[in-house]
Amino acid sequence: MADALLTLDALRYDAGDRTLIRDVSLRIEAGRRTLILGPNGAGKSVLMRLMHGLIEPSAGRILWNGGSGRPAQAMVFQRPVMLRRSVLDNVVYALDLAGVPSAERRARALDVLERVGLTALADRPARVLSGGEQQRAALARAWALRPRVLFLDEPTASLDPGAAAEVERLIRVIADEGCSIVMVTHHLGQARRLADDIVFVDSGRITEHTPVADFFTAPRSAEAGNYLRGELAWA
Amino acid sequence: MGMIRRSFIATAVAAAITLGAPFARAADRFITVSSTTSTEQSGLFKHLLPVFQARTGIEVRVVALGTGQALDMARRGDADVVFVHDKAAEEKFIAEGFGVKRQEVMYNDFILVGPKSDPAKAAGVKDITDALKTIQAAQAPFVSRGDKSGTHAAELRLWTAAGIDLDAVKGAWYRDTGSGMGAALNTAASMNAYILADRGTWLSFRNRADLTVTVEGDKRLFNQYGVILVNPDKHPHVKKADGQAFIDWVVSADGQAAIADYRIDGQQLFFPNAVK
Amino acid sequence: MSTLSESFLTAGGLVLAADPQLLGIVTLSLQVSLTAVFFASCVGLPIGAAVAVGRFPGRKPLTVILNGLMGLPPVVIGLLVYLLLSRAGPLGSFGLLFTPTAMVIAQVVLITPIVAALSRQIVADAWRDYEEQLRSLGASTPRAAFTLLVDTRFSLSTAVLAGLGRAVAEVGAVMIVGGNIDGVTRVMTTSIALETSKGDLPLALALGFILIAIVLLLNALAHAVREWAVRRHG
Repeated sequence: MADALLTLDALRYDAGDRTLIRDVSLRIEAGRRTLILGPNGAGKSVLMRLMHGLIEPSAGRILWNGGSGRPAQAMVFQRPVMLRRSVLDNVVYALDLAGVPSAERRARALDVLERVGLTALADRPARVLSGGEQQRAALARAWALRPRVLFLDEPTASLDPGAAAEVERLIRVIADEGCSIVMVTHHLGQARRLADDIVFVDSGRITEHTPVADFFTAPRSAEAGNYLRGELAWA
Repeated sequence: MGMIRRSFIATAVAAAITLGAPFARAADRFITVSSTTSTEQSGLFKHLLPVFQARTGIEVRVVALGTGQALDMARRGDADVVFVHDKAAEEKFIAEGFGVKRQEVMYNDFILVGPKSDPAKAAGVKDITDALKTIQAAQAPFVSRGDKSGTHAAELRLWTAAGIDLDAVKGAWYRDTGSGMGAALNTAASMNAYILADRGTWLSFRNRADLTVTVEGDKRLFNQYGVILVNPDKHPHVKKADGQAFIDWVVSADGQAAIADYRIDGQQLFFPNAVK
Repeated sequence: MSTLSESFLTAGGLVLAADPQLLGIVTLSLQVSLTAVFFASCVGLPIGAAVAVGRFPGRKPLTVILNGLMGLPPVVIGLLVYLLLSRAGPLGSFGLLFTPTAMVIAQVVLITPIVAALSRQIVADAWRDYEEQLRSLGASTPRAAFTLLVDTRFSLSTAVLAGLGRAVAEVGAVMIVGGNIDGVTRVMTTSIALETSKGDLPLALALGFILIAIVLLLNALAHAVREWAVRRHG
């Protein structure tokens, strides 16, 4: 069997005396759009931060490409953190940190800004943009890094439907370029639209990892079934 | 990013240059004189020093402290000349080898200042020691400098001369303030207390409230000022020539006349008495 | 009451007449304190950011110490700097005692902890929002600290102003190391102390009013610039 893009092996994460992630093993294949679902406090965001390396696991292993190296990756957060400088400079800053030669940064930044439709706002201070524009700028900043994996933690949760749709469209474009997507969402419709696979997390455990069609029609785990019934009752 | 950093550094450098520049002052030729609050606050130096600078081109920078502190400052080598008023302390300073030679410059006198209501009935008493005795007997409030200044030393000598052992009789009436002449006078003014002051500071002091001169004219209230060059053998950086020039001038006929000229409201504050 | 009204009149008269001596004293006050603030910021801001962002042993005690040093007694600092700069002291050969430079040194020692402690607080607050994003982008700790200093620049102006306010208003340290020499090291606060001891309370208070007015003016100016900048840059 070929090496998976990302392999989690018996991962555990403790915060103080509480165990937030317990015995999680998972394989994510390259080029897939994987959406993580689960009730509040299940550990979805923690799991994503472990994958991205923002926090260190208490036990277990995280392997990229079977251990042959961590691919270029980026993360987009629920609330975009824009630096107090122009939109363009925000992207240029990320490229600087990524070690892109200074001569290339500007052109690369302008290119992604055009793709997210922010060319006209490139020289505006990023902090005065609307929430939707800021999230698109955050996507551009992530995209400019040419990631092989893009992590997104509820990127549309604070956006109005129009802005959310635009962000979803951009995620699809990024994925179509061959970037693997790992995304946490609360929104079942969004999961259905975007996902190839669903990972369901409950109480710090992964209860199932199934193709999207199967998940919504015939979830394998009782927890996911309960969750779907509960969520759909509200939808 | 690069632009932000560049403009930041440019601003910082510009700021440093602008701010630092004024400290490069024109007058390079100056001496430092450690002196007493009485000479500074009475305005004598403001009158005297421009004349000296016009004659010689030497700027005199005065740091005004109590006599004790002024001598200590010179002991550490932080002054070129001391100009103070406590003969005993000055002679000790010379004996320790810190000063070259003590020369007398001028005198004025101490006065006993007190409230117009005069609760101790000390007004008009000819003998200062008798006046102090009545104050102590009446337990009338008395403010002391308590700062090892020349005036403080004089006050302690007078208590001793009056046969009063301060340590034994000190009470709430005796306020040891540990402050300069002006601050002590402010305290006395607000407490309606007696205080020993030098006449120069008193004449230039504005916040007198109900205070007035209670006793004056006793020979023991004589207040002699001396000037000493700090010993270059102890402190090689002492500006020997310019310091000596200042001393030579204040004891010269020209300098002595300038001292005699200084008046507040027509009253002469200091009386030149240098021996030539 | 009469002293108060007299002081207001005196202050107004001094300002309207642009009294050259007053002007010299005000200028020196500002030069000394602005220079001190400049150097204190050069040292204090990076320290504040490093303590806020850095992960090293002893960070918490260091924070406590920084906060505690904000209350350094000026007279003690003055005395320490005096003994250092005195001819008999270790740095005596530079001949800096009783110069504006000595006053700058004392004020730098006095206000660097203020700038450092306040900027640590400001940067630490921002770090909570920025940490994951900056770490995700791969920022090293020093780089993150620098980025936060740049990004919180409007808030940091408050820390710098607090330092300036303390420097301009401080008398204990500059009196000792400057010596209150007329025309050389006499600043607003030492003038006020001198006029007080001469018993000229109205003049002392008038100078006090002018000092307060200058401090208020500086703060108003900084506030206006900050408001404008925040409106523009978000």
